[in-house]
Amino acid sequence: MNNLKSRLAKEKRFKLYGIASITLALFLLTLLFVSIFSQGYTAFQETKIQLNINFDEKIIDPTKTKDWEIIKKSNFNLLIKNSISELFPEVSGRSKKRKLKKIISNSAEYQLRDYVKNNIEVIGTNQKIWVLADDDVDMLIKGHINRALPENERRIDNDELKWIKFLESKKLIKKFFNKTFFTSGDSSESEQSGILGAFIGSLFALSITLILSFPIGIATAIYLEEFAPKNNKLIDFVEVNINNLAAVPSIIFGLLGLAIFLNFFGMPRSVPLVGGMVLSLMTLPTIIISSRAALKSVPPSIKEGALGVGASKIQAVFHHVVPVALPGMMTGTIIGLAQALGESAPLLIIGMVAFIVDIPQTMTDPATALPIQIYLWADTPERGFVERTSAAIMVLLVFLIFMNSAAVYLRKKFEKDIG
Amino acid sequence: MKNNNLIIETESQINNSETVGDIHVKDPRIIAKNINVHYGEKQAINNVSIDIGKNEVLAMIGPSGCGKSTFLRCLNRMNDTIESCVVKGEIYLDNENILDKKTDVVPLRAKVGMVFQKPNPFPKSIYENVAYGPKIHGLAKNKIELDEIVVNSLEKAGLFNEVKDRLDEPGTSLSGGQQQRLCIARSIAVSPEVILMDEPCSALDPIATAKVEELIYELKENFTIVIVTHAMQQAARVSQRTAYFHLGNLVEVGPTQKIFTTPQHKLTESYITGRFG
Repeated sequence: MNNLKSRLAKEKRFKLYGIASITLALFLLTLLFVSIFSQGYTAFQETKIQLNINFDEKIIDPTKTKDWEIIKKSNFNLLIKNSISELFPEVSGRSKKRKLKKIISNSAEYQLRDYVKNNIEVIGTNQKIWVLADDDVDMLIKGHINRALPENERRIDNDELKWIKFLESKKLIKKFFNKTFFTSGDSSESEQSGILGAFIGSLFALSITLILSFPIGIATAIYLEEFAPKNNKLIDFVEVNINNLAAVPSIIFGLLGLAIFLNFFGMPRSVPLVGGMVLSLMTLPTIIISSRAALKSVPPSIKEGALGVGASKIQAVFHHVVPVALPGMMTGTIIGLAQALGESAPLLIIGMVAFIVDIPQTMTDPATALPIQIYLWADTPERGFVERTSAAIMVLLVFLIFMNSAAVYLRKKFEKDIG
Repeated sequence: MKNNNLIIETESQINNSETVGDIHVKDPRIIAKNINVHYGEKQAINNVSIDIGKNEVLAMIGPSGCGKSTFLRCLNRMNDTIESCVVKGEIYLDNENILDKKTDVVPLRAKVGMVFQKPNPFPKSIYENVAYGPKIHGLAKNKIELDEIVVNSLEKAGLFNEVKDRLDEPGTSLSGGQQQRLCIARSIAVSPEVILMDEPCSALDPIATAKVEELIYELKENFTIVIVTHAMQQAARVSQRTAYFHLGNLVEVGPTQKIFTTPQHKLTESYITGRFG
């Protein structure tokens, strides 16, 4: 009787421990998400200022050629300066004028140039155009800079504050959805920087990883599990080493890649191709081990049945064992890839940590990857990059959640097909 | 105590003993000569020779671990899949020694089908289960012929009426007895000459067992069947000849009726009267 009581109490206690640990885990997870989201959600907006630009023919096309080769060399900055002076006629003096010009991002002149390139007919007309504000203005509008602070403690001085207030009163300054963040590469100016370069870099590297490690990993697993001679010293040695490789720190794989791919084979630095190759070295053991586990869990009676009706060994394995094991293998692969997506150490070693503005077009263009971009931005003190760091983490997390749900979906789908 | 003495006493006897009864038949389908099987160091079968006649049902009985399943698996070389297993001797099927290294196991296993102890349908549809064998052996030229083979095999296995409306459902959704009959249909589909059954009813309830036994009885018209069984009544019901194995030796073989009524060897008698086993 007493025994039963203590047994039940034990069970109850154990359940309680379980619930407590799950609650703690969920609480910490929520904390993480809340802190990332609350810091980062503002990065999905950007501040723009409306300028009334006079595309003066005298400035951008004095000879009336309408030839883009000539127009593109003209001084678009002057258009902006003229427009601002029109807006604030009271500002005078070189240094004040320069300060005034600084509330506009220096990307504005390129924006105007592209605009003219696409709409050559605007020359000689007046157009209202929204241009990016400088990052400090952006921070002020988003409320990250406290307007009540004394002048020497905030990055926006009283003059600038006055101009911004004027723009606000005229509704010439507004927050838009941050398209720049999703369509451009890195930049030293936070308002012009975006995640696309790193995203494409990660995508390229991951596809290389998938292309290399999925077939090699699965072929290795199938060979070792189904065809390799048992009790063979060499095979045992290979198996032990695969298991050991799974535990090797990822930075070692980076060094291996540096020594072999870059130094020995002379492949280019900082490119997603090499990044993907290094990541597949790292992912292979994970894929092999989980694929072997999946193959092992297939009941041997299925293979025997196939052999019994006269299937050859390779037919029995590929017609009956592999299809049953496939969901497990795919789950293993996607989890391996998710690991690779979040990996930064090996990529640092092969030089994918450079400051790269251009969006990579091919696998051999220099690029960074998402976790590296997060690292680079987290390292920058400017307030504009703080929110972008959190936003980049969100993008990475969404990517990861997407991959993991793909794994779950594939497993469910294949399990259903097999029955 | 008495039983133990009997076994110890007889063990020394049988080590060099010849098989009692007539191992030869008039019209043999399979001739096994001097089969010895080792699992590593351990000898599982000791110098067994036996003929298996055309269109007969041969039952193999004996206590657990006596080597009857091992012997059965020699007949279509399923023992090849076990690394440590070494088979010596000769087994002739159509004047060809199937234990010869040069014999290709693929056509052999098409000729000598097998049904396993536990029903093991493929995790595919009922149709696919039966169609798989004919497909890999190229027995059907087109879909119509394949359909015909599938329907025929299911009919022969007495399963067609039960599953004709759900051929697309997974084979694993059937009941245990149906699954086993599906496995029998699967082996029939490649039109084998011999069907080996390794305790096909041990995982089934009595009603499903009765159905399978009935099926075995019908199948002997067209096939040679070798069945390993633990149930002596089953052996008595379905077989014409019975072979009694003991500790890797073939102790006695003869017409089923004779074995069960007037066994000649002391061990056989002890086993069938239920003194051990």
